Amino acid sequence: MGRTLAEKILSEKSGKDVCAGDIVVCTADLVLGTDGSTPMAIDLFEQMGGGAILRPDRVLLSQDHYAPPTSDATCGFHRRMSAFASTHAVELLAVGDGIGFQVAMETERVRPGDLVIGADSHTVTCGAFGAFATGVGSTDLAAAFLTGQVWLRVPETIRVELEGALAAGICAKDVALELVRRLGADGASYMALEFVGSAAESFSPEERSVISNMSAETGAKTGVFPTSIWRSDDHASFAGSLRIDCTSLQPLVAMPHDPARAVAVSEVSGLPIDWVFLGTCIGGRANELRDALRMIEARGGIADGVTVAVTPSSRRVRDSLEREGILQQFGALGATITETGCGPCCGTSPPIPPPNARIISTANRNFRGRMGQPSATIHLASPVTCAAAASAGRIVDPRDAP
Amino acid sequence: MNSIDGRARCLGDRINTDYIISSSRKKESLDPKELSRWLLEAVDPCFAASIRPGDILVAGESFGCGSAMEVAVTVVKAAGIPAVLAQSFSRTYYRNAINNGLVPVECDTSMIGEADLLSIRFDTTLVRVVNESTGAEVQAKPFAPFLLRILEAGGLAAYLTARGRFEEAGA
Repeated sequence: MGRTLAEKILSEKSGKDVCAGDIVVCTADLVLGTDGSTPMAIDLFEQMGGGAILRPDRVLLSQDHYAPPTSDATCGFHRRMSAFASTHAVELLAVGDGIGFQVAMETERVRPGDLVIGADSHTVTCGAFGAFATGVGSTDLAAAFLTGQVWLRVPETIRVELEGALAAGICAKDVALELVRRLGADGASYMALEFVGSAAESFSPEERSVISNMSAETGAKTGVFPTSIWRSDDHASFAGSLRIDCTSLQPLVAMPHDPARAVAVSEVSGLPIDWVFLGTCIGGRANELRDALRMIEARGGIADGVTVAVTPSSRRVRDSLEREGILQQFGALGATITETGCGPCCGTSPPIPPPNARIISTANRNFRGRMGQPSATIHLASPVTCAAAASAGRIVDPRDAP
Repeated sequence: MNSIDGRARCLGDRINTDYIISSSRKKESLDPKELSRWLLEAVDPCFAASIRPGDILVAGESFGCGSAMEVAVTVVKAAGIPAVLAQSFSRTYYRNAINNGLVPVECDTSMIGEADLLSIRFDTTLVRVVNESTGAEVQAKPFAPFLLRILEAGGLAAYLTARGRFEEAGA
C-alpha cells in the first residue's frame, strides 16, 4: 500500500515506518518561536533543567506579535527573549524584521520534506514549500529546545484538488476562503491537507502560502503543496477528498465572527465599511499590497472617513515596497503604515480599531474581539476586495467598474 | 489516574482561544492565575467569578480552535479546572492540554446539563464519563499510552524534567 506525504515525512523524521494514527517522536528541521509564545517557553525550558539548546542552528525566534511593544510587560518579554537568544546563540528576528515563518521562507530555511514546528498556529504557511509544517505550543517549543524533538500524531490526509485557473479579480485568498467554507472550522481537525491539481501546480509561491496559511482555519495540522519528489503515492489511503474549481470562484467575504462563513461578495455588496486592514502573514506580502494599491488608485483613492492600516509582513517586503514607492503612495493616499510584523491582526500591535468599527481585513481570523476591540465586526476578504471597499466605503465587487 | 469528579460548567460550540482568554489581556501578564480573572469573558463576563475549583468545563465542537497560544490552557488550569469535556477539540488545544496536564476528554457531551455532577473514570487507557446527576454514562475516546504517560507525569515539562528526553512513543 502507498503512503501519504505526511506519513513519508514523519517516517523520515521519526526513523521508523509510521502510518496515520500513530503517535511518534520526530526530530524537527526548524523550530520557530514568537514573542507571544517564547517567553513562556523560556520559563518551561529552565524548569525542565535548561542547560544548552540541543540544536541552536535549527531555532529561529521572532519579535513579530508585539511590534512595537506597547506595555512594560511586552517590553520585558522582548528583553528576556533577546538575552535568551544571545546566551544560546540562537538567531533572533527583532522588531521590524518581520513574521518569523515568513522570513524563514524568504531565506530558504524551509525545504521540501522538512518538519517545521512553530509555536504559532500559522506556521502551517510553510507547507507552501513542501514541508510538513505545524503549529505547536510553548511547552512543545521548550521541549524542542531541550531535545530537538516533538511528539506528533501522524495525521490522516484529505486530498484537495484545486483545478482550473483564477479569473481576473479572483485571488488565492478567495480559494482559501472557499476551502475553509467547504471544510468548515473543524472539517480537517487533526488531519493534513495536500493540495494537488492543475491550479495547485500553477500557483506562485505567494499564492501557495495564502492557501497553506488558511489551512489552520479548517483545524488542519498542516496544509502541504507536494513537490515532484515529496508527494503521496498514487495508492496512498486518503481520509477524504475535495475538489475546488478555481475558474468558477467569485470574490468571497467571510462574515463576522467565523472565517468559515464566507459568502459571495454580491450577497453583501453595499455593506458600509469604516476600517480596512491590509497586511498579516496571509495578506501582507509585496504582490498583495501592490495589487491593493493599484485597486485603490484605480478607484480614486480612499473614501472619506475610512481608516486604512497597511502592515508589511517582513523587512524584505517592506524594503521592496519602499524601493517601488508603493508604501509612499499608500501614505500619500492617507493610509497608516505600521511597523512590520503581525500588525493589528490579533490586537497585540497598534493601531487598535475604535469601538463598533466595521472592518474588512486581509487577515485569516475574524473572531469577536480578535483585533482587540470586542464591539468591532470583522469581515475577511482578498487584498483587492479589501482595497475596493477602502475606496468605496462599503463592500463592492472588485471586478465592477468604479 | 483513577477518577476526576466535579461540577459541569456548560459552554457551546467553537469556543475559540480568543474567547477563552483575549490576546489583548496577555499583553499585560503571562501569569495564568492573574489572567484567570478574565477566563471566558467574551462568553460571559461573570463566568470567571462563578468558577469553583474542581469544576469541569463541558463544551461542544472544536473547543479551543483559533490560535495555538498556550495560556488558553494554563488559564483554565489556574482557575482550578482539572478537565475539559468536548465533542471535539482543536488539535493545538488538545496537545497543549496534554502537555500541561489538563485532561482533555473527547466524548458525547449532549447528555450533560449545567451543574450536573460528573465523574470521569479511567481504566488503563479507557475513559468513561458518568453523569451522577442523571445516571447517564458514555464511553470517551481512549488516550494513547504515550499521551497518558505525559498526563500522569502532570504535563510534558514534568515528564522531561524527570526523564531528560522523550521515550519511544510506541503505537
